[in-house]
Amino acid sequence: MNFEFSDDQKLLKEQARGFLQSKCSTKEVRRILDGKEPYHPELWKGVAEMGWLGASIPEEYGGLGLGYLELCVIAEELGRAVAPIPFSSTVYLFAEAVLIAGTEAQKQKYLPKVSEGAIIGALALSEGAGAVTPKTIKTSAAGGKLTGVKLPVTDGDVADYAVVAAKTGAGNDEGSISLFIVDMKGAGVKAEAVDTVDPTRSHARVSFDGAAAEPLGATGQGWAILDKVFDRAAVLYAFEQVGGSQAALEMARDYAMGRYAFGRPIASFQAIKHKLADMYVATELARSNSYYGAWALSTDAPELAIAAATARVSATEAYHECSKENIQVHGGMGFTWEFDCHLHYRRSKVLSLVLGSLPRWKDRLISRLEERNAA
Amino acid sequence: MDFNDTPQEAGFRVQAREWIAANRPADWQNKAGGRDQDGIAISKAWQKKKYDAGWACIHWPKEFGGRGATPIERVIWSQEEGELGALSGLFIIGQGMCAPTIMAHGSQVAKARHVPKIASGEEIWCQLFSEPGSGSDLAGLRTRAEKQGDEWVINGQKIWTSGAHYSDYGILITRTDPTVAKHKGLTMFYLDMRSPGVTIKPIKQVSGRSDFNEVYFADVRIPDSQRLGEVGEGWKVSLTTLMNERLAVGGGFPTNFEEMFEMAKVIEDEDGPAIDNASVREKLADWYIRSAGLRNTSYRMISALSRGQAPGPEASISKLVLGVNRLNMASTMLDIQDAYGVISQKDLAVNGGQFHEIFFRAVAHRIEGGTDEILRNIIAERVLGLPGDIRVDKDLPFNKIPTGAN
Ligand SMILES: Cc1cc2nc3c(=O)[nH]c(=O)nc-3n(C[C@H](O)[C@H](O)[C@H](O)COP(=O)(O)OP(=O)(O)OC[C@H]3O[C@@H](n4cnc5c(N)ncnc54)[C@H](O)[C@@H]3O)c2cc1C
Ligand SMILES: Cc1cc2nc3c(=O)[nH]c(=O)nc-3n(C[C@H](O)[C@H](O)[C@H](O)COP(=O)(O)OP(=O)(O)OC[C@H]3O[C@@H](n4cnc5c(N)ncnc54)[C@H](O)[C@@H]3O)c2cc1C
Repeated sequence: MNFEFSDDQKLLKEQARGFLQSKCSTKEVRRILDGKEPYHPELWKGVAEMGWLGASIPEEYGGLGLGYLELCVIAEELGRAVAPIPFSSTVYLFAEAVLIAGTEAQKQKYLPKVSEGAIIGALALSEGAGAVTPKTIKTSAAGGKLTGVKLPVTDGDVADYAVVAAKTGAGNDEGSISLFIVDMKGAGVKAEAVDTVDPTRSHARVSFDGAAAEPLGATGQGWAILDKVFDRAAVLYAFEQVGGSQAALEMARDYAMGRYAFGRPIASFQAIKHKLADMYVATELARSNSYYGAWALSTDAPELAIAAATARVSATEAYHECSKENIQVHGGMGFTWEFDCHLHYRRSKVLSLVLGSLPRWKDRLISRLEERNAA
Repeated sequence: MDFNDTPQEAGFRVQAREWIAANRPADWQNKAGGRDQDGIAISKAWQKKKYDAGWACIHWPKEFGGRGATPIERVIWSQEEGELGALSGLFIIGQGMCAPTIMAHGSQVAKARHVPKIASGEEIWCQLFSEPGSGSDLAGLRTRAEKQGDEWVINGQKIWTSGAHYSDYGILITRTDPTVAKHKGLTMFYLDMRSPGVTIKPIKQVSGRSDFNEVYFADVRIPDSQRLGEVGEGWKVSLTTLMNERLAVGGGFPTNFEEMFEMAKVIEDEDGPAIDNASVREKLADWYIRSAGLRNTSYRMISALSRGQAPGPEASISKLVLGVNRLNMASTMLDIQDAYGVISQKDLAVNGGQFHEIFFRAVAHRIEGGTDEILRNIIAERVLGLPGDIRVDKDLPFNKIPTGAN
């Protein structure tokens, strides 16, 4: 058994950390937090030059063709650095959807551009408050034209292309949904940024008014394709969440060691020690579950459906726990804009919602266990 | 990443599998885990059979009855032994804690005479550490040992001694010098549990069973040759035992997830099976991710072992996660039965009362071998590098340390 990343993958991780330490310090993250830019353009360019955007995209489509384990390693470091770039939307969602469902021509058209950082991608799904189901999707497509409003769309304001879920059939079953690729700069598309809990990741309201729509996958297969995209993306997001959890834990530990109250470092109070121990346990469980997800993803194992949901749930819980308790350990300072604690608290919430909420994923996990046991 | 055996590991697995298939005991299930005569007899018989064929304590050196197996081979063996492993619970304390302590600190005679018999299951051993006044604070113990000629005379009391009533020997930690600081005046021994002056009184547990005991010592004599380590070095010696204990206790409990899952499908309320209820689903999901998290953490440990590395700090989380979660999940499994959940009578209870047993047993899981709080301290201090607790008694002579009413 070998349930560890290889030495090469560990080296990649070190390189990624070094790169992000120099190019994505919290000062740079704050530039996006406080400023008007939707994402960090120099970092985005740097990440493209490192080849990360195409890490798991096959060489025939302009990627490095390394594999998913390498992408997981990179994701962990991006999460740790709270990177303010449209990486996940472009790579985990847009590119994966094209890889899973695209025709050869579509792959040739989009994936090389993703790999070289020439385009930003997005996935447009949600239309309002509450979980997304086939029933809540009102955006419709007919005759190659798409009409409707998507809100929120992560990176919708900066995306060049988006995969959009739309109604193509009657009724509200899964077969009523199909996917389309839309040129976000084309006619009939309007995107405006909206305020969110995490200004370092931009979100938009996107209106389609007869926008030209190119089918992605067969008609009526949209929901099934999304299911696959979500499983893969869940593992990749989980690594970002694990990286964030680890960073928040370390931040809390360092602060607790240096902060004195009642004549002692607060790290010497058991209430703080036990809190940090619990953060550590949550992070380790999430890490182990994410490793299993990475194995399933990289080998395309049938276990992926369960492994992805497991990684997703535990990484979401760990990041929430670590980011909120990190603030608590910082006392009043944790509630200031000046201290970095809120960067993780914000990112943790965004990551926990973009792919669907925690209760939804718990339900999905149990459904999959039921399916497995029935089989 | 892969879950494949190396060719060498695969060869070992086949060897183990074939031997087990050819030798497995018949009709053992309903006796396994029992501590009555039948239960002990079937455990001993299986252990002896393994020993004779070189399959007992395989990671130990050959001279002590093992086969010098690598850590990964040990993992493969236990995977292959599977459920049959339940027959080995009787020997966990002897093999998992006492023997490593003897191997590290005992005399040549002690090693040669006892360790192979611990491997073969001929000798059952117990651990005489905790006292009424010192559990977590083990170094606060008061059982006295005084030197008289070539012997030590023991007076005092131990408590919570698992298996003392059927054990042949025990390892014992005592105070040999109360005038120095508490960690400095301790000395370890082993003794025959049938020595004159030893009285064993079973304790009835919350679960109704009696697995542990009070053990009284009245002028019990132990030859100096049965000392483990130097006089005054008992604390250091006991750490060998305690470090092995957490590994032995941590992994030994199943998560029972599959049984819970099946039960939630069977129990119905007016809306259908319990598993369709959102709150039940959520709890099952919580428990599943923790069970899976522990399993996947153990894969990481095994990988480290198979590369010849020491397992990392992830080893310390297992018992902490398992104890409290087993307790909470067993409680949930009674909740979904509604009023019927009160019934523990085996012939009436759902699942033969399995979850009622866990409901009670799990409370002890959070205490034995280091409480949840002590484990959090260990993670905080050893893994995260946070400062140790302030110890008001650390440098006082032991006989000047204040004591409370409890
Ligand atoms: C919204 C807000 C409004 C406020 N308004 C006022 C105000 O109007 N006037 C005013 O004077 N102050 C005000 N405060 C300050 C507030 O009272 C302090 O923030 C609070 O007492 C904590 O102190 P601290 O921030 O220095 O954190 P610290 O004392 O440094 O605590 C850091 C962490 O260590 C823990 N800790 C500290 N000591 C111990 C211990 N002995 N045992 C266990 N854990 C310990 C804390 O619980 C915390 O988790 C306000 C704070 C906030 C957030
Ligand atoms: C089923 C079972 C089997 C056992 N088998 C054996 C055996 O075979 N041999 C043996 O020697 N012992 C055995 N024990 C004893 C076990 O090791 C002790 O019960 C355990 O170490 C706790 O000690 P205690 O019971 O004295 O509790 P205490 O140490 O008095 O603890 C009481 C409470 O105070 C907390 N506490 C204590 N110190 C601290 C601290 N520094 N910081 C924070 N909280 C603290 C504890 O966490 C606990 O919640 C067994 C116990 C059980 C339940």
